[in-house]
Amino acid sequence: MKLHEYQARELLAQYGIPVTGGGVATTPEEARRISEAIGAKVVVKAQVFVGGRGKAGGVKLAEAPAEAEQAARQILGMNIKGLTVEKVLVAEAVAYQKEIYLGAVLDRDTQSIVMIASAEGGVEIEEVAATNPKAIVKIPADPRLGLLDYQARELAFAIGLTDGKQARQFAQIASALHRAFVEKDASLVEINPLVIRDDGSLQALDSKVLIDDSALFRHPELVAIRDTSDEPEAEQKAREADITYIKLDGNIGCMVNGAGLAMATMDVVKLYGGEPANFLDIGGGAGKEKVRVALQIILSDPNVKAILLNIFGGITRVDEVARGVISALEEVRTNIPIIARLVGTNQEAGLALLENSPLISATTLAEGAQKAVAASQGTLPA
Amino acid sequence: MSILVDKETRLIVQGITGREGEFHTRQMVAYGTNVVGGVTPGRGGQFVIDGKVPVFNTVREAVRVTGANASVIYVPAPFAADAIREAASCGVELIVCITEGVPAIDMVSTQAYVKQCGVRLIGPNCPGLLTPGEAKVGIIPGNIACPGSIGVVSRSGTLTYEVIDALTRLDLGQSTCIGIGGDPIIGTSFVDVLELFEEDYDTEAIVLIGEIGGTAEEEAADFIQSYLRNKPVVAFIAGQTAPPGKRMGHAGAIISGGRGTAQDKIAALERAGVKIAKLPTDIAHMVKELV
Repeated sequence: MKLHEYQARELLAQYGIPVTGGGVATTPEEARRISEAIGAKVVVKAQVFVGGRGKAGGVKLAEAPAEAEQAARQILGMNIKGLTVEKVLVAEAVAYQKEIYLGAVLDRDTQSIVMIASAEGGVEIEEVAATNPKAIVKIPADPRLGLLDYQARELAFAIGLTDGKQARQFAQIASALHRAFVEKDASLVEINPLVIRDDGSLQALDSKVLIDDSALFRHPELVAIRDTSDEPEAEQKAREADITYIKLDGNIGCMVNGAGLAMATMDVVKLYGGEPANFLDIGGGAGKEKVRVALQIILSDPNVKAILLNIFGGITRVDEVARGVISALEEVRTNIPIIARLVGTNQEAGLALLENSPLISATTLAEGAQKAVAASQGTLPA
Repeated sequence: MSILVDKETRLIVQGITGREGEFHTRQMVAYGTNVVGGVTPGRGGQFVIDGKVPVFNTVREAVRVTGANASVIYVPAPFAADAIREAASCGVELIVCITEGVPAIDMVSTQAYVKQCGVRLIGPNCPGLLTPGEAKVGIIPGNIACPGSIGVVSRSGTLTYEVIDALTRLDLGQSTCIGIGGDPIIGTSFVDVLELFEEDYDTEAIVLIGEIGGTAEEEAADFIQSYLRNKPVVAFIAGQTAPPGKRMGHAGAIISGGRGTAQDKIAALERAGVKIAKLPTDIAHMVKELV
């Protein structure tokens, strides 16, 4: 789950990380009031889940409250890469001498939370990693004790913060960020830039927080602020039904049990010259109802010209899946050809069900993929 | 022979009275696995699975009474990490966590603790292990496998079944099949399993099924190049057509920051002399040619 910038900075502020003054506004008038309260130059920023909002005109500086109101009026309702701006962050625009980077990620190589810092902030950390990897310092926090104070200090000195007071403040921010990461079950927390102000103090200007979806069950406070406005309707519907669905650009809809097999199915479709329309994993032990929802989701994509159903029944019973598809077809009438490859638990019963159905059966994944590709091109013999 | 599980395995099931736990315990018992007990706090003293399997309140008690040396975990995700720690604290040598959706942060401290206890964890979010004809620990369907000399290791579930099924159809039996799990932080890596297969006298060839995300396949390639010269390896990497930045179902399957692409993994494995299958079902034919 992604947090908006305004949500991320509120979260970091709760942990004592210094953020700029400001607030979120949904109307130009509100933006004006926030600007008045700040009483200084402000920046008005669109709150949408896309990169490059600055270039798109979604970030504007304002010297006075009237200007902030004007900027908010321009930005609110703006369409940035297909998303409508519904909220703006109005924050104090501070003067600073330098931008640095501080972040934490869950790192699979060290099986720990790795703290990342760089004296080169302000740009994408991947870009720094590619062009000047030496400018990036990484310290894995102790997996059981957390980020130790000395580690936080090492991080500060390693990026050249040699002033004692400044290094101490940086170490405090790093420790707070780590604490936020653990307590909120993040998978990424990033302050970029963290700026050194003219008086030498540090302040977080922009931040990014991603939360581990698997841990949302223990964070009702985060679920409550979840913004799904950028989530396509089909993906939202899938999430609610506990189905993993990712829309792609092709025209062959895929319905598979298991993520690895779902990826492999897409690969095989591509190998035979087709383009998958989606990744879809119905999960283990899916019943009739889930299969019905999955089929509806696939059919909601107007690009789909053929559907490949690939089920290897272990826990999942293939006759149950076949029944789900057949009953769904009674509700959702479609002329789109459906190729079904059903193997494993209750295979015979599943195949018997296919006999008198409009589904086209295939024995192997390769055969299923070839038939789906032919069907998508209208060349599958009836 | 085999690795990790066999006829000597004395297995307990954590979460045995849950829906998944009970269903799969029946399957494991039917396969002939030596299930010596189960653990569900508050249900101690009962007997389940047609009165054949005793239930204990704690792993410690279960181990003391039954002498269990392995545990398989089906408890729900919020409690899975604690279940792993409990088993590790009791010195259970092999812990297999089937549970999907365990918070990653939980696994950071848990994995460190497991290592400190000197025991082995497989998973979480994995299908477990199967030594055909001897023991099934987890959810891999027993009927698709048969005893033999091919070692199978995978990050996936159903894709692995597909491959095992294809091997069996070509009379290529398996020594042990292991699903190591699709999460970012898992107890046992490809390299760990390859080391075991390398030492296993009866494993003649190895099938490795990887997927996009992380660098586990690249590390496996390094290991194969340096230490696994005497056993052929055939691999398949799922997610060749996956776009970057999209998480393909498994929490670990994502191409991010330019790392973890199928192309990189295939190139690394090919450099190590591994044969790469284009179709998952090609694997069996390629193994047949090699042994």
